Amino acid sequence: MKTTNTAVREPLFHVVKRDAMPLWKSMLIRVIAVVAALLFCALLSVLLVHANPFEFIETMFKGSFGSSRRLWRFAKDAAVLLCISLAITPAFRMRFWNIGAEGQTLIGALSAVAVMIYLGDKVSNGVLLVLMFAASVTVGAIWGCIPAVFKAKWNTNETLFTLMMNYVATGLVAYFLLLWTPSGSSVLGELQVGHLPTVGHNYLLLILAVLVLTALLYIYLQYTKQGYEISVVGESENTARYIGINVNRVIIRTMLISGAICGVAGFLIVGALDHSIAETTVGGMGFTAIMVSWMAKFNPLVMIGTSAFVTFLEQGAAQVSTNFDIDSSFPSMVVGIVLFFIIGCEFFIGYKLKFRQTAKNGGES
Amino acid sequence: MFRKTLSMFLAVLMVAALAVTMVSCDKSNEDFKLGVILLHDEASTYDLNFIEAVYRAKEQLGLKDDQVILMRNIPESNAVYEAAADLVDQGCDIIFADSFGHETYLLKAAKEFTDVQFCHATGTMAHTENLSNFHNAFASIYEGRYLAGVAAGLKLNEMIAAGKITAEQAKMGYVGAFTYAEVISGYTSFYLGAKSVCPSVTMDVQFTGSWYDEIKEKDAATALINNNCVLISQHADSMGAPSVCEEKNVPNVSYNGSTVASCPNTFIVSSKIDWTPYFVYICEQVKAGKEIALDWTGTISTGSVVLAEVNEKAAAAGTVEKLEAVKADLVAGNVKVFDTATFTKGGEALTSYMADVDTDANYTPDTEVIKDGYFHESEYRSAPYFDIQIDGITLLNTNFG
Repeated sequence: MKTTNTAVREPLFHVVKRDAMPLWKSMLIRVIAVVAALLFCALLSVLLVHANPFEFIETMFKGSFGSSRRLWRFAKDAAVLLCISLAITPAFRMRFWNIGAEGQTLIGALSAVAVMIYLGDKVSNGVLLVLMFAASVTVGAIWGCIPAVFKAKWNTNETLFTLMMNYVATGLVAYFLLLWTPSGSSVLGELQVGHLPTVGHNYLLLILAVLVLTALLYIYLQYTKQGYEISVVGESENTARYIGINVNRVIIRTMLISGAICGVAGFLIVGALDHSIAETTVGGMGFTAIMVSWMAKFNPLVMIGTSAFVTFLEQGAAQVSTNFDIDSSFPSMVVGIVLFFIIGCEFFIGYKLKFRQTAKNGGES
Repeated sequence: MFRKTLSMFLAVLMVAALAVTMVSCDKSNEDFKLGVILLHDEASTYDLNFIEAVYRAKEQLGLKDDQVILMRNIPESNAVYEAAADLVDQGCDIIFADSFGHETYLLKAAKEFTDVQFCHATGTMAHTENLSNFHNAFASIYEGRYLAGVAAGLKLNEMIAAGKITAEQAKMGYVGAFTYAEVISGYTSFYLGAKSVCPSVTMDVQFTGSWYDEIKEKDAATALINNNCVLISQHADSMGAPSVCEEKNVPNVSYNGSTVASCPNTFIVSSKIDWTPYFVYICEQVKAGKEIALDWTGTISTGSVVLAEVNEKAAAAGTVEKLEAVKADLVAGNVKVFDTATFTKGGEALTSYMADVDTDANYTPDTEVIKDGYFHESEYRSAPYFDIQIDGITLLNTNFG
């Protein structure tokens, strides 16, 4: 009688935290998840768009690796995404949920373009590039710092605050585009000044710059006192206070760094790629970066892999849309499904389900 | 048994058909490839209009699937150059881009890949850049809007005759996207079309600041109706305005294809640009080794400006016949849409106007466009440049984005 009662109260299963798993095992699970996701998508492609599943998977790969031009584009797109992901990482390690990277990058890009427009014909290209860089980094840092100050002084909600700042940045871009295009078209087009020099390949300088930044950020977070302070604040603000860390100062300083790196991303987008600005210049990468950073457990070196993976998915999806001549809804679904599988497998790497024991016990007795 | 025989028969038929098409295609036709760069995908009515035109042209020209490559969701950035270069790698002979902001990046590709032809819809730079492989195109959509305006004017006349409104109350409402030439040219021609049959008509214009924003378009249409507008038209891409009209039973003239399916009681007619003739034209020119026009303007005569079928349920009696007659006059040149005798600015008729036709950094007006008693829209450049605020039209706001 008593056992029946406990059996009724006990749920079918409950979630238990796993002991740490060896790295090879967790990596194997991740690889299996990706393969399973791709197979599932291939099956869906047969059912929904009547495509050959092998052709479907081949097309996914062709999107990023189909030609040397696509390979460069892939490396470049991954680098830009990585740069923005690097930017949000210090804040995320501190559990400061900065979802304003989109706006911080956009405002950085806007500052670079403003310098190009107002000083483009007054100074040499080298000086112009230095000024563009300085403007992007400074304004990006200020933009990132504003919500941090409000958080530190008045404990405002940083998620909402940084999100709203994205819309303000978009509004500012719209305003300046109106100012700079008297015809009212709001299309600035490619400007002919302030182009970053080409080293070897058009995109090589950008890729190298982001890789250097990745190494620097890794060292900063892993081996410096400030990096350690960020981790402590992230673990527990009270502990941080107890051991004498000025939490408010760490929050503001870290968001200055986040914003500044976003500024660098904005500068690179303008100086090396677009040479212009539109409201869509960052194109949602500020939000995608959150996933890149999270999937890498906020480790800058691992983020090289995760940003490459997300870029691979997006470019593969675009190639599927082109090769199968379909709209973008199915390819976007594919990206969503693969990410869902990965997030799912992360859960099962960290936790396990413990099922109700009663049936087993009954069998034994 | 029957199914088996049928499938065998079909298989044989398909092989035979394939053999015939392969034999009938000459070499130059098989090598030819068209690449199309699109800002969005089928979800946007603007891009859908291009996609459908590409498919129709493909059918007319007998092109195979792998001869037409569509690249969707290409933003107005360096991504255009990358897409164009990728299409060149895939062997495209012509690369077309559909959005205004694609232009400078497409131009960059044109300068690099000189043996490929680049065509750009709605752009303005081809006639000043003067490259042999970079071309602009647009259509004189103002002719279509003028015709749609005539249908609107007839509806107003019917309402006046029925005593529903007085002649002075004949006020139309117009939901526009942005306050620039493309939209101004559009609503002015619509207004002049209505005025040609209903002289007392006036019009209010409300801008949304977006090409596609259903909520804002609904709000704008509602505001116009509350402001005593008795007929609504729009130049924006969502179903916002037409659906409000159907709800409130206000006659509507839509854009970019018929909305009769969702608005059976209020849809009168709609105008749109059909890009099929342009796609057919550029493909045929390149296949024949001939040059593509630097700046091409499709007209009502080339079949580039078309009207959807008139909805007899909502339109005034005799609309179809009247539209046929006015269309014939437009084609023959007897009627000019922007005839300076039909409108005034500040109470006076215009005799001269300098428009900004050649794009430059400061948007300096550079070309005299009023000659022989009418405004020469889309003649010096395919993209619209009529940006005059004429009497009878009230702008409730302005929105440049």
